[in-house]
Amino acid sequence: MANIAGSIKRRRIKGEGAWGYAFIAVALVAFAMFTAYPVVSAFMISLQEYKPLGSTYVGLDNYTNSLKDALFWKAMGNTLLYTVLTVPVNLLLSMAIAILILPLRKKTQSFFKAVYYLPVVASGVALSVVWLWIFDPMEGGIFNQLIRFFGFSNQNWLGSSSTAMFSLVLMSWLSSHGTSIIIYLAGLLGIDDAYYEAAELDGANFFQKIRYIVIPALKPATLFLLVTGVIASFQVFQNAYLMTGGGPNNATTMVGLLIFNNAFTYFEFGKAAAQSLILAVIIAGISVIQFKYAGKDVEY
Amino acid sequence: MALYSNHAGNPKVKTTRNTIIFIALLLFALATIFPIYFMVISSFADPVEAGAVSYSILPSKFTFASFKFFFDYSEYSYRWILNSLIVATTVMISNVIFASMAGYAFSKLRFKGRGPLFAVLLVSMMIPYQVTQVPLYILVVNVFELQNTYSALIMPSIVTVYNIFLAKQFMSSIPNEIMESAKIEGCSQFEIYWRIILPLSKTVLAVMAILTFMDSWNTFFWPLLVTNTMDMQTIQVGLKNFRFANTTFIAPMMAGATISALPMFILFFSLQRYFLEGVTVGAVKG
Repeated sequence: MANIAGSIKRRRIKGEGAWGYAFIAVALVAFAMFTAYPVVSAFMISLQEYKPLGSTYVGLDNYTNSLKDALFWKAMGNTLLYTVLTVPVNLLLSMAIAILILPLRKKTQSFFKAVYYLPVVASGVALSVVWLWIFDPMEGGIFNQLIRFFGFSNQNWLGSSSTAMFSLVLMSWLSSHGTSIIIYLAGLLGIDDAYYEAAELDGANFFQKIRYIVIPALKPATLFLLVTGVIASFQVFQNAYLMTGGGPNNATTMVGLLIFNNAFTYFEFGKAAAQSLILAVIIAGISVIQFKYAGKDVEY
Repeated sequence: MALYSNHAGNPKVKTTRNTIIFIALLLFALATIFPIYFMVISSFADPVEAGAVSYSILPSKFTFASFKFFFDYSEYSYRWILNSLIVATTVMISNVIFASMAGYAFSKLRFKGRGPLFAVLLVSMMIPYQVTQVPLYILVVNVFELQNTYSALIMPSIVTVYNIFLAKQFMSSIPNEIMESAKIEGCSQFEIYWRIILPLSKTVLAVMAILTFMDSWNTFFWPLLVTNTMDMQTIQVGLKNFRFANTTFIAPMMAGATISALPMFILFFSLQRYFLEGVTVGAVKG
């Protein structure tokens, strides 16, 4: 009897297993071909001077050369600067906006959610075209008109190395918090009123409630947005590519753009692959650090 | 009691407070959507050269001439939109099908290696796309020799790990008892998936479809790499061509930008709920 039951059970599981593999088959093949293989391949390419017809094995040369390359470090520095200037500010802005939206009526809330989310929906190329015109260096440029109103003089926003990075940062400040506002708002709505009641009994004012209830309650969301924000920011490519091309004088050359140029402008595939793997290690390292220090008392 | 005081005894204070908040939010919202407003308004201006353009934030004129200019610029203008539609629709459909199948298997079926496989998928989401871009390009262009084809545009995103993850997360919350009873009724695994799991997952599938379509429609980088003739380009790449060929004609450029963004705006306003829901489905629980 036990034997029969065992074999029936085994057959059921075996059947389920076959179905399991059938259901993941396409996903698995696609993953193997377009993610797993390329990652392994990137490592192989990074050890070569890659030529379509016969590459030469060069060991770690691509890595050591990159680490000695001033432009690589400049690009790293630019990427870091961009990240430091955009990610925390965007988090702060979206948290503030989410808190401010909270007391309004449902309809008004939906209205603001939609308006703030709209730039996320727009294509990046379209937005970059518009921002190029907003930052038009001529006197008639909209942004120049605006700052003249406040008594500043004309600037060549994207064309001068002192303002180009700031221009990209400003663009990020004004267009990329739709997602985080909605995540924060969901977090805010999940806070139990009992906490506020208890705080009020203790005589807490609005800002104390923010400090001791809201910010801790939003910590998981903040950590999530921080980690994904930093990861995305380290891979930034499109805006620099379309708006400044990395210039002037490499002031806005981000690592993503540098890797792209090495690969598809100079066809130095080996060098590009090595740099992309260095980037991957740095991103992984930063993510681990963030989880370790910021995630200490976050529970999922 | 909540974060904000209700000012129960004094409704005037509450109204004033909310009005101030509303105005502050509105001002920042105006700054946020200004580029989009500016893009749309400018696209209705005359297609004159930049030197003669008056930069104005109020429409001085309303004409479709710039849209005509954009479409006349290249015989492929319509083709770019069609290509984008073909690619985004195919990617959307294939993702919904294959990601939901994989999500079902990872959440509900027991098979050898399920745990480790899923862990590998999760870890791969952390890998920057810069790592895979060069080998992927070599694979598709040099090995498969697919450059300038729809296959090259579509295949690498036929099913994304993110969508598998989304489907798995959602389907895990469907109680097993439903499947058990279906099994007793004699449903095969495929019938369970098709008749029970899919209908129960409609929301997440809609979210997935919309976000995937949007990503695919807006993607610029991969189509830029694998297309080399105008007739195979998508609207985003076409727009870039247009920009470099015509930096002097600003209103038509804005018309092109508007055209490239318009389908997403229409989708967003008609299916807003799914867009906004999609943001929170993927995020950690608050």
